[in-house]
Amino acid sequence: MDVHTLTIASIRAGLASRQFTAAEVCEAALRLAEAENSKTNAYLRLCPERAMETARKVDATITAGEDPGPLAGVPVAVKDVITTRGITTTCGSKMLERWVPPYDATAVERLEAAGGLVIGKTNCDEFAMGSSNENSAFGPVRNPVALDRVPGGSSGGSAAVVAQGTATVSLGSDTGGSIRQPGSFCGVVGVTPTYGRVSRYGLVAFASSLDHIGPFARNVGDAATLLETIAGRDPKDSTSAFAPVAGYTEAMKQDARGMRIGLPTEYFKGLANDTGDQLAKGVDLLKSIGCEIVDISLPHTEYAIACYYIICTAEASSNLARYDGVRYTFRSERAQTMAEMYQLTRGEGFGAEVKRRIMLGTHVLSSGYYDAYYLKAQKVRALIARDFAQAFEKVDALVAPVSPFPAFKLGEKIDDPLAMYLSDIYTITGSLAGIPCMSVPCGTTSDSLPVGMQILTRHFDEPGMFRLAAAFERAGGFTV
Amino acid sequence: MPTAAPPLATPEQLAKYEPVIGLEVHVQMGTKTKIFCSCPNEFGSEPNTNVCPVCLGMPGALPVLNRQAVEFAIAASLALNCQVRQASIFARKNYFYPDLPKGYQISQYDRPVSEHGWVEIVVDGQHKRIGVTRVHMEDDAGKNTHDGYRDSDRYSYVDLNRCGSPLIEIVSEPDMRSADEAYEYLTELKLAVQYAGVSNCDMEKGNLRCDANVSVRLKGAEKFGTKAEIKNLNSFRHLKMAVDHEISRQVALIESGGRVMQETRLYNPDLDETFAMRSKEEAHDYRYFPEPDLVPLTISAEWLSRVKAAMPEMPSNRRKRFVDEFGLREYDAAVLTQERALADYYETAAAASGDPKAAANWVMGDLQALLKAENRTLEDSPVSAARLGELAGMVSKGELTGKMAKDVLAKMASTGDDARTIVEREGLKAISDTGALEAIADQIIAANLKQVEQYRGGKTTVLQFFVGQVMKATRGQADPAVAKEIVERKLAG
Ligand SMILES: [Zn+2]
Repeated sequence: MDVHTLTIASIRAGLASRQFTAAEVCEAALRLAEAENSKTNAYLRLCPERAMETARKVDATITAGEDPGPLAGVPVAVKDVITTRGITTTCGSKMLERWVPPYDATAVERLEAAGGLVIGKTNCDEFAMGSSNENSAFGPVRNPVALDRVPGGSSGGSAAVVAQGTATVSLGSDTGGSIRQPGSFCGVVGVTPTYGRVSRYGLVAFASSLDHIGPFARNVGDAATLLETIAGRDPKDSTSAFAPVAGYTEAMKQDARGMRIGLPTEYFKGLANDTGDQLAKGVDLLKSIGCEIVDISLPHTEYAIACYYIICTAEASSNLARYDGVRYTFRSERAQTMAEMYQLTRGEGFGAEVKRRIMLGTHVLSSGYYDAYYLKAQKVRALIARDFAQAFEKVDALVAPVSPFPAFKLGEKIDDPLAMYLSDIYTITGSLAGIPCMSVPCGTTSDSLPVGMQILTRHFDEPGMFRLAAAFERAGGFTV
Repeated sequence: MPTAAPPLATPEQLAKYEPVIGLEVHVQMGTKTKIFCSCPNEFGSEPNTNVCPVCLGMPGALPVLNRQAVEFAIAASLALNCQVRQASIFARKNYFYPDLPKGYQISQYDRPVSEHGWVEIVVDGQHKRIGVTRVHMEDDAGKNTHDGYRDSDRYSYVDLNRCGSPLIEIVSEPDMRSADEAYEYLTELKLAVQYAGVSNCDMEKGNLRCDANVSVRLKGAEKFGTKAEIKNLNSFRHLKMAVDHEISRQVALIESGGRVMQETRLYNPDLDETFAMRSKEEAHDYRYFPEPDLVPLTISAEWLSRVKAAMPEMPSNRRKRFVDEFGLREYDAAVLTQERALADYYETAAAASGDPKAAANWVMGDLQALLKAENRTLEDSPVSAARLGELAGMVSKGELTGKMAKDVLAKMASTGDDARTIVEREGLKAISDTGALEAIADQIIAANLKQVEQYRGGKTTVLQFFVGQVMKATRGQADPAVAKEIVERKLAG
């Protein structure tokens, strides 16, 4: 068994033919993760006991002749902003360095009930704020494809472990591109489902109206299987959708012939580098498999960055108020008064990017500024969503770049937060609209750096998205 | 704390001004579970045991709105004549305090659950409607405790059991013009909310909390004066005292050339005065914005009408009906409607008695005395409403005398039997046959000639002796009024 080439399908086949047991897969994955982690710092911690316990249950189920579930024996890594009962969940922050949640996120509960093995918690930008994974309080993650480069962010660890092969699939979270961009940088599939498709219960909030949990995988099929398992209404999350979960893996069997694909002109305008070339090849490939390509305009795109950074920071400033030194793990030892407890705890416990966003968000919600910033941003958000709705009257899916550039070098952009914010331009529009979108590998640059192609479809049309992605993957031979 | 009591206004100064008062009332609703989680909504447990990840505001936990809390809020809204919004929105009210684990309160802001209601009050015989601006829902905070624990000299302790308990805030229009009106408004509001079954509104337990906005203006002036908000009014009496004090303070201040500051003041009942909170404590910018973790609350017409249909009759209606239908005096009607349980008891008793007025006297008089003597509440009364009504009816029909009925009531309470059982067992019956009473009176007069002489000599108080003898001879079965009349006639003749 070669852990780093395993897929959900090959694990299922191996278990069924008694070629290996879930416990053996688990041990091998843990061993590999342990050995490889010093290179990337992608795992913050492994949880062998918990993973082995599930593996043994899976094996017992198989021995009893029962169905062990769609994720049986599959090593899954979980981003450290998603709660795991009894296992430290830090959100990449000093603030929660020793916080052990007493409950599991719904997504974790569901994947484990399906036989998935939670083998470890992955590194990420602090409270999922960042685009390079350099904002973690526990050190940056290195891109396994090119170790001197970032894996993207904020779900850099979850993308890296899948690219590395130490986990077969993983869970990340996406607020403005935090799954798709690292997916693109690390050359793996990353999916942001429709807002409300996967319960946010147990996802530590950054910006509640934009936060999503979604899968990383080395092929489209594995991502679809993992999403199918964790998606669906959850009574613990009022914003989770009632819509039934349609058969994603089923939809992938269909080819893409006759699908109308829109290319948003605003997204391709300045894209004249290596990334642009790969995208152009990808579009040609789509044509070759029978897709009809049309140009589409999303006229409010230019306002998206401003809109996004107002809404997400506003919500963050409120969501992160609870880290006040009263509870959880960190309280400044210098604090003598209540005011000092707040000020020093938050001053010392949060990193620079988190503080920057809390201040921005506090400002835009302040009395006298609310209408000009937050309210206006909500209106722009509605216009951006309308752009997409109108586009989807004409096309079945949109295809776009994920990032203006491939993985950059560690330290290259960290001192220029604005440049970092601007690099989110292609991913935040889909987040603001709440539509399903994913990054699928689309070739490599001349430096052998992966480039991802983004596919976006209408609300709850994950089947259409997976259908196109799978056809593209088959045609291009893009699986890792 | 102020070193000297602030000057108060003279009656002449007060007479020149008109106070303007509005109240903000928080009611803790008596739902089974908390507003956003399934922890029991009850108190008295060990600190921090009645909690879960949701009400502790743990990272990743999410609120889910309690349906019963919504129905209670609707019921309270209807009881206060408010219009319930078809769609209302929850909002976050952001501020830091150790008893607030999320760092924000989930409340409602620009779209509350209901608006535009009113409460009718009567002060000095005058009926007046006080406007209710809005009713909104929110979650309660925990409690900080500064003493009583091992390290209380160095630390404050936080108990989060109360966190997430469902509240409604009821905001009035600035329609009240005296402390008495404010008192009456709060009384009627409490009554309406209690009747609606939303809360027992126990102020001592903190189920009902009240803040008052007070300003004064020269009589005839159109513009409102600058208002001060007074907090910490934890009883009806304190509300009245604090408002009166604040009116006087403001008038004295203006009369001496000063200006009222817009500020929050705390009432100190021991000193009977209000004092300003440090401005730092009230310098809040709550940064309200729509709560993204909850979807808008939609109340359909069907849901609203279902809650409406289940609403009991409101006290003001009931009071009016008791006067119109049962012929009670306004005062008695008010007493009997002071609590929903009492009014329900009375209505049952009245129906069973066939004489609502008599039933009212029994409920307000003998029953209350009985409960008091036995230290019981109406809920565990030893005599049911129907049985008390039956007893009252027997007196009205002349089957029992009032005196006999009092004894029967005591026996009903001690034995648990109904009136008829006791009357039959003891052979009790009012002697309505005056012929029999006349014969008894004749015998008594003949046997007590000395007293007859005293009476005829002008000592009329002896009359009571003869009545008592008749009652004794009849074992109380005579109607004392009839006995008195007979004896009086015979002594005179
Ligand atoms: Zn709770």
